[in-house]
Amino acid sequence: MAEMMYWEGLRRAHDEEMTRDPLVICMGEDIGVAGGTYKATKDLYEKFGEKRVMDTPISEGGYTGLGIGASFIGIRPIIEIMSVNFAWLAMDQMFNSAAKVRYMSGGQLTAPCVFRSAGGAAHQLGAQHSARMEKVFMGVAGLRVVTPSNPKQAYGMLKSAVRSDDPVFIYEHELMYNMKGEIPDEEYFHPLEGSEVTRSGADVTLFGYNISVHWCLKAAEILEKQHGISAEVVDLYALAPLDRAGIKKSISKTHRAVIAEEDEAPVGVGSEIIAIINEECFFELDAAPVRVHSALVPQPYNHTLEKAAIPDHQDVVNAVLKMFGKA
Amino acid sequence: MTLDDKKRVLREMVLHRRFEERCYQAYIERKIGGFLHLYPGQEACCNGVMEAARPGHDYVITGYRDHVHAIKCGTDPKVVMAELYGKETGCSKGRGGSMHVFDVAHRFMGGYALVGGPFPLAAGIAKGIQMKGGDEISICFLGDAANNQGVFHETLNMAKVWNLPVLFVCENNQYGIGTSIQRSTAVLDQYKRACAYNIEAAQCDGQDIDTVYEYAKTAVDYVRSGKGPYFLELMTYRYRGHSMSDSRGYRSREEEEEWKLRDPINILRDKLIAAGALSMDEFTAIEKATDDYIENDVMKFAEESPEPNVADLEKYVLA
Ligand SMILES: Cc1ncc(C[n+]2csc(CCOP(=O)(O)OP(=O)(O)O)c2C)c(N)n1
Repeated sequence: MAEMMYWEGLRRAHDEEMTRDPLVICMGEDIGVAGGTYKATKDLYEKFGEKRVMDTPISEGGYTGLGIGASFIGIRPIIEIMSVNFAWLAMDQMFNSAAKVRYMSGGQLTAPCVFRSAGGAAHQLGAQHSARMEKVFMGVAGLRVVTPSNPKQAYGMLKSAVRSDDPVFIYEHELMYNMKGEIPDEEYFHPLEGSEVTRSGADVTLFGYNISVHWCLKAAEILEKQHGISAEVVDLYALAPLDRAGIKKSISKTHRAVIAEEDEAPVGVGSEIIAIINEECFFELDAAPVRVHSALVPQPYNHTLEKAAIPDHQDVVNAVLKMFGKA
Repeated sequence: MTLDDKKRVLREMVLHRRFEERCYQAYIERKIGGFLHLYPGQEACCNGVMEAARPGHDYVITGYRDHVHAIKCGTDPKVVMAELYGKETGCSKGRGGSMHVFDVAHRFMGGYALVGGPFPLAAGIAKGIQMKGGDEISICFLGDAANNQGVFHETLNMAKVWNLPVLFVCENNQYGIGTSIQRSTAVLDQYKRACAYNIEAAQCDGQDIDTVYEYAKTAVDYVRSGKGPYFLELMTYRYRGHSMSDSRGYRSREEEEEWKLRDPINILRDKLIAAGALSMDEFTAIEKATDDYIENDVMKFAEESPEPNVADLEKYVLA
């Protein structure tokens, strides 16, 4: 086991998959000569050359569509979109072409491409650079959405995504690229469906994904130490399709749910999970499920307002305490 | 421009340069957060064009490299700095930050962080001018790399079809973050792309303000007289990295030094000295007075201004 950073995990996956299969390419703005904004493609340009590591113009709609087209005839492109905010410009191609082509061609054509993009509020990047868009992507038929919460997942999911015959959107987080964690020395593939019980508990389930898993873990610790509440943490690393069975299993054990997301409500991962809980295990509930989410505002630049707009572990703790009548 | 005009513009350009350099320092001291894109090296572009246009009267819109454009339109440097500090007194009330400087009172319609986003907005403003029958024009400043966005083409086409009073100013500094124009763009001369839409266009040196002014005057007069859109390309260079985290590994130090030989402030300064309208001592005094003003007025205002109130988090979301 080696300790690696999240970006190093992504880089290793790129490297291994490109070495294995000459039809795997990567493309995006500044990913080649400049080494990649978040370094996920560092040194690959030198190793694989400009035909396979493509610095694209600032043409998100264009190059995303181009990558999708290449995937129609067997190329396996990993398309990096620097920030989810810019993925808005590529959504037409992602949604109208990649996600629908398999269905509308009656299974003749598939778009086995990987989209990677960084979402989230980093530090004071303002309204146009802080989007959380997972709720939009997860509602599109034909698209897989995964959200790695640690380096091992980042590495293993990218490898699985490259080999998947579906279009896969890997939703990363700007604040996680330097996070460290263990990655197996041998090749490892992380599933693109399912969920993971990251911490076992008895009284309440905290659902998180990507960065919010870490708020949940921290909250669980505080709840246990300071309030004697045992919280289970479930990492919903796959947002589409969602792991209904996994959600049900945990609720059947704890009978309570808090969902933590950085995205805004209304309309979010949280609303979807609450709907699933209602559909699958309503009569097992001891309390109404609640969600912790961002305020519905374009992300403010000011630091204090920014902190007030996005949730953190304390908000998760507070939600649980309220649920237990302790706050 | 008369010699007096030129002296005023020189003072303004020194202010613009020093303002940006001071931002750099404040960023390192963590007083300014987020992304910060600075303008040194490109001063003759904004100044030359706006001298030919009417600051505060014509509408201006631009990308994230926007502080100087706002100041040139008439925005008080104090409120721009306060914005960068995220203060309630900032021109966008601390909600926008460096990439979203707005000052509608001076017809500065904003800085936008999505590359290419302002193109259609500029055309829309021009459409509004056309309908209202004013003599303003709409001016859109953007970088060269932005021209590779689809909306560039869509906008140029519509601007010509409807003969809109919009001036596109391409500040061609030859890089989009770390990617050289040579590696991203099929047609290196950006003004040539406008011909695909039958739009009048020209290219000129962006370092010599006299040249910029002369070309801009032609362009502005053309647009203002109702002849339709115009595309002006200014050849320039940014001295600093794209943003603060950029170590500039993608370009050579020789190339940077070569461009610095054609510094827009030095060119104007030397011309004024040669014309006997300025002495070196006077210039040094301008620099000193500028620094004092920035320190004693601008920075002090930003430092001492109040933070926004958390209770106002949702203010400005909806009308
Ligand atoms: C739609 C979109 N894609 C990518 C980016 C990231 N990005 C920010 S600035 C930039 C380069 C733009 O270069 P140019 O238009 O030439 O302007 P300059 O920075 O040189 O002034 C890129 C790729 C963005 N902000 N928006």
